[in-house]
Amino acid sequence: MIALFLIAVVQLALLVTVAPLVSGLIRTLKARLQIRRGPGILQPYRNLYKLFRKGMVLPGAASWIFSATPYVVFAATAIAGLMIPMISAKAPLGLFGGVLAVVYLLGLARFFLALAGLDTGSSFGGLGSSREMTIAALAEPAMMLAVFTVAIGANSTSLSEIAKVATSTTWHFLAPAQMLAFAAMFLVLIAETGRIPVDNPATHLELTMIHEAMILEYSGPYLGLIEWGASIKQLLLMTLLINAFLPFGLQAKWSLGGVLISLAYLLVKLLVLAVSIVLVETTNAKMRFFRVPDLLAMAFTLAALGLVSTFLF
Amino acid sequence: MTADPDPFLAAGLLSFLAGAISGLATWKRPGAARVTALGFAVLGSLLLAAAGCLALAFPSFATWSIPLITLFPCTVRLDPLSAWFILTLAILGLAVSVYSFGYLRPMERTRNLGALGFFFNALLLGLALVFTAANAFFFLSAWEVMAVSAFCLVTFEHEKAETRRAAVVYMIMSHLGTVMILAGFLLLAAFAGSMDFASFHLLASQLPPAEQGAVFLLFFAGFGVKAGIVPLHIWLPDAHPVAPSNVSALMSGIVIKSGIYGMARVFFDFFGPAPLWTGTVVLAVGVVTAVVGVLYALQEHDLKRLLAYHSIENIGIIVMGFGAALMFRTLGHLNLAAIAMVGALYHTLNHAIFKGLLFLAAGSVVQSVGTRNMEKMGGLIRRMPGTAFFFLIGAIAISGLPPLNGFVSEWLTYQALLAGFGTTQSLTRLMFPIAGALLALTAALAAACFVKAFGIPFLALPRSEAAATAQESAPAMRLGMALLAVACFVLGLGATWILPAFDPITQQALGLAISPSLLAHGIALQAGTAQSGTVSPIGIALVFLALAGAAIFLVNRRLRHARVTTGPTWDCGLPGLTSDNEYTATAFSKPLRLIFSAFYQPRREIRPEYDVSPYYPSAIRFESGIEPTFEKRVYGPLKARVFGLSRRMRAIQAGSIHAYLAYIFVTLILLLLFGVRQ
Repeated sequence: MIALFLIAVVQLALLVTVAPLVSGLIRTLKARLQIRRGPGILQPYRNLYKLFRKGMVLPGAASWIFSATPYVVFAATAIAGLMIPMISAKAPLGLFGGVLAVVYLLGLARFFLALAGLDTGSSFGGLGSSREMTIAALAEPAMMLAVFTVAIGANSTSLSEIAKVATSTTWHFLAPAQMLAFAAMFLVLIAETGRIPVDNPATHLELTMIHEAMILEYSGPYLGLIEWGASIKQLLLMTLLINAFLPFGLQAKWSLGGVLISLAYLLVKLLVLAVSIVLVETTNAKMRFFRVPDLLAMAFTLAALGLVSTFLF
Repeated sequence: MTADPDPFLAAGLLSFLAGAISGLATWKRPGAARVTALGFAVLGSLLLAAAGCLALAFPSFATWSIPLITLFPCTVRLDPLSAWFILTLAILGLAVSVYSFGYLRPMERTRNLGALGFFFNALLLGLALVFTAANAFFFLSAWEVMAVSAFCLVTFEHEKAETRRAAVVYMIMSHLGTVMILAGFLLLAAFAGSMDFASFHLLASQLPPAEQGAVFLLFFAGFGVKAGIVPLHIWLPDAHPVAPSNVSALMSGIVIKSGIYGMARVFFDFFGPAPLWTGTVVLAVGVVTAVVGVLYALQEHDLKRLLAYHSIENIGIIVMGFGAALMFRTLGHLNLAAIAMVGALYHTLNHAIFKGLLFLAAGSVVQSVGTRNMEKMGGLIRRMPGTAFFFLIGAIAISGLPPLNGFVSEWLTYQALLAGFGTTQSLTRLMFPIAGALLALTAALAAACFVKAFGIPFLALPRSEAAATAQESAPAMRLGMALLAVACFVLGLGATWILPAFDPITQQALGLAISPSLLAHGIALQAGTAQSGTVSPIGIALVFLALAGAAIFLVNRRLRHARVTTGPTWDCGLPGLTSDNEYTATAFSKPLRLIFSAFYQPRREIRPEYDVSPYYPSAIRFESGIEPTFEKRVYGPLKARVFGLSRRMRAIQAGSIHAYLAYIFVTLILLLLFGVRQ
């Protein structure tokens, strides 16, 4: 019980400290690929520090929903982060929920963000909410189908169980079902984290904004919490992708050495995944909003093919 | 120790009867009618709740007769399955009756509340009898009491043409359903030699395949009309919104559940393991119903019609659970069947509660703003904070978000669907994950829809004068909503304590108790086996509170030294932001309207009007809408066919008494011949 609590605290600490680092890494790598120097890997920390020291301006039209949303987003995302296996195959809050709970907790955070977008009375907020909910609605079935393909292999929706099954068989990730589901999940990851070609995290141009449009009115510590939550969400989806599909090196039991080994592997794999996200971002142009459904339909088809392929192998 | 639930049931029925009579007694005396009729409704609901709880705690299958009518056997049986629906009725009935004390008060001057009290109690009485009748004939009588009193309640505001039309469509569809149910019962009775439900037990599975299929389809379609499965749903989004809002809550919360009860009774009591195709059909219909329901809801900007379409969606989710349970039972996986059935029945109660809550909150809004069009609302969270809070709870619950009750029942349904993949080697198994993915689509679209349904009416700036001066609803109304909001929390967070209540039901239907394996972990639910997924709503809620509390503490400590000011929303430098700048419900749902345009076939018309110069339009007319596919493609031709047929049949009604006498004579001869041949 105490060990469980300790490991939860460690994972929570890792989540909240590593998440801005991953965002910074992606940003710097992208800058380098575009032959820019970039602001440096640690910039997200500086941003958060700055935001938490500032005052706030609340929009006059907003209600308590606007003020409650940052906390809901942060807390829901952090719980979801505690439900995924990160530094050992056993997730600290695995008992409280598996992959379905993770998806729905992220849904809860999104629900409140979208409400906050509408709450400000600005047309930008409404625009962002509408687009965000649309993309989420289309991404969800693809994500579920991909997740089901993995869950069916493990015969469980418990992420610990999925990671355990994946680690116990070598070359498990080369099974066609796994590869197709991985591809589908990667596309969903791009859409859910608001990356090019779906959304551009660096833009404030009203024609293309999605996530940024919803949070346009936030400032100070609230904005800090939301940005922090967004980077935690990105880290947790990346970790989910890694540890459900490519879990080699992940230790099954909790022990100090095991945690360190798992962490080292995780960081290396995060780096590789970040590089591939950056490659996708720099080699693609942002899609028109109404082309995004095609991308997500592709993800759905890939996941469905993955399911069908279980008949063949 | 045992306790007999039957006295409570009888007392509850009598209380509703007394309420109906008091409605008649206080005809044209609205003040007295409101208090007495609703008082009896509250009392009856409390008694039924006690009866339902006792019947689940001490399951019995005893049958007793209501002595009043001797024409046909009025047998009543409160078995566990009935008890679950009685409990659902009691909880919703209690909250709606409490709410009605406040809701009906402004109507005292203008309406005959005696009539409303009569039909209100008659509806509750009819429902209670539908859920407990143990004889086909008595069941159908109660069914008609329910259908007719619901019709009278829907037409309560009969001076509007829209209301009358909706009620007539409802009546026609309802009777179409009754005919099919009657035919199903007659087929069964012909084999059983009796009309008692006890004699139907597992009988349907012993019929020859053709009859079995006919009985199944008749019951599924007949009860499906009442439940609102696609494509038999068209009456529902018309009839539910036009009724007074407390009646809408009952209609969407519990009256459509009588169809679900009928299906459960037929699928899991009359049928043993049924042919595999039956489950496949039910699952497929459930998926289609859920997706079609939510897609239409998204494009609806009438707050109450939107909620009515969501009832169709949730019926789809419940029916999906039934379909999966039927398939699992046929394939021999009884514990999976039990999980699917528990998911479906739990969702039945959950939907009654959050949909009741949403309709009551919508009713408060409509009463206060005077319109159902959400484009004319906005900013109500300031004027009606209580109502807004309760609507938000309902919206979170219906979107299936943790940790409220909708999440738990959808989670169980997901688990059953997911495990279904391993139950068979045939291609059929692909149905389960695809159904699961479409359930995910439904849930995500529902969340998008409720961001709209809460965000547009309640948030930002008021979009009309009426919205800007809206008044918070009466205390009794808020109390009624609070009861249901608390129930959303209790059924979500307390799921692990409530699930054992299903054991007698699954014991009765499938012969096993599922809660020991579901509750292997104490405060967490586990779906069936030792490896399968777990979830703990209460655990999630506690950790959520801890983390959010920590974040609030940290931020507030920072903010003590910083300045928090309120400023205007960014208006691009233009002078002042008005409600005209806000995103509308139409705009919010536009991306989905375009993406699913193959389904919606949206049409749009923009007509600028010019005064002088063709460069400066003086006004622009904008019209947009979606194609009512089912009404136009299915029911339009059907209606034309029926009318054509009846026009041709007019030829035999020549108006001559001689011709009519000849018809009677010929019919008599034919009947005699038929009788002799037998």
